[in-house]
Amino acid sequence: MSLYNFLEWLATTPASIALHESRYLYLVVLTVHVLTLFLFVGAIILQSLRLLGFGLTGVATSSLLRRLRPWTLAGFAVMVTSGSLLFFAAPVDKFVNFFFRAKLLLIFLAGVNVFFFNRTIYRQIETWDLATRPPRAARLAGSISLILWAGVITAGRMIPYQAYWFN
Amino acid sequence: MSLLEIFYAVEYSPLLIAMRSSPWLFPVIATIHLFGLAMIGGAVLAFDLRLLGTGLKNQSPRELARQTYPLLLTGIAVMLVTGPFLFMCFATKYYYLAAFWIKLAAFIVVLSLTLAVRRRLKDTDDDRLVLAWRKPLATTSLLLWFTVALGGRLIGFP
Repeated sequence: MSLYNFLEWLATTPASIALHESRYLYLVVLTVHVLTLFLFVGAIILQSLRLLGFGLTGVATSSLLRRLRPWTLAGFAVMVTSGSLLFFAAPVDKFVNFFFRAKLLLIFLAGVNVFFFNRTIYRQIETWDLATRPPRAARLAGSISLILWAGVITAGRMIPYQAYWFN
Repeated sequence: MSLLEIFYAVEYSPLLIAMRSSPWLFPVIATIHLFGLAMIGGAVLAFDLRLLGTGLKNQSPRELARQTYPLLLTGIAVMLVTGPFLFMCFATKYYYLAAFWIKLAAFIVVLSLTLAVRRRLKDTDDDRLVLAWRKPLATTSLLLWFTVALGGRLIGFP
């Protein structure tokens, strides 16, 4: 069974149809997804700006990252849960949507960015923890993060406009 | 001229008619509006969570007010530039929506509150008032910003 067949089957499950056709529940989930931007991307912006040396420069980088980690992870959990429900409500439509695919790719790349940041320059955090302007590799990770999450927001906002852009 | 007539004139002005002939302009501006939401989110959360005694606990509220001020102002500027364009695209629809008026009122109140609190902490030595009221202030601020964001989402629904 291909992924497409699986998603076609998923779309016919009663729960998926119920969510898709619900009067309010779908809109509630969508609202939660959008409003969690405030928490999740808000926390990411603070951390990225610190890595760039643009904001909160009076705070030690390691302290900022550590203090905001639980909030970021909580925001991410809400995002993934609500996002999965939105996908589940219309799996085939989302699967064939260009912006949805772009969004997934960008989120994956943002994860890769964090992975490499943790494995490389963050290993030597003691040497630049208090630096107003962190080293180039850290600034690069910060800029990549800002660009990718701006891309994720853009792609997400464009998902319902697929027809305008491609027809 | 009634308010509704003014909204109508705005929505059907030549500029706005030209703007709407391009179907992607609204979602693009709405996307930038969301960037503003995230920026304000960062600046507001860093400060309000601190007032509630969590988050960036090693810093003083004054320090955070000072250090997140540029981000806060940038977010507000992004909102104030993009918001009116979004409004003008559907002015007469919003006229009839309670969520729009609630959002507008909450925004004016929370903007004044946020700027007043930040400026007092940032520019004066007197932080007693803010610190004495820190929990109600942070809760009110978060609730009002939530109302603004929620109102923004609700007015977009068909």
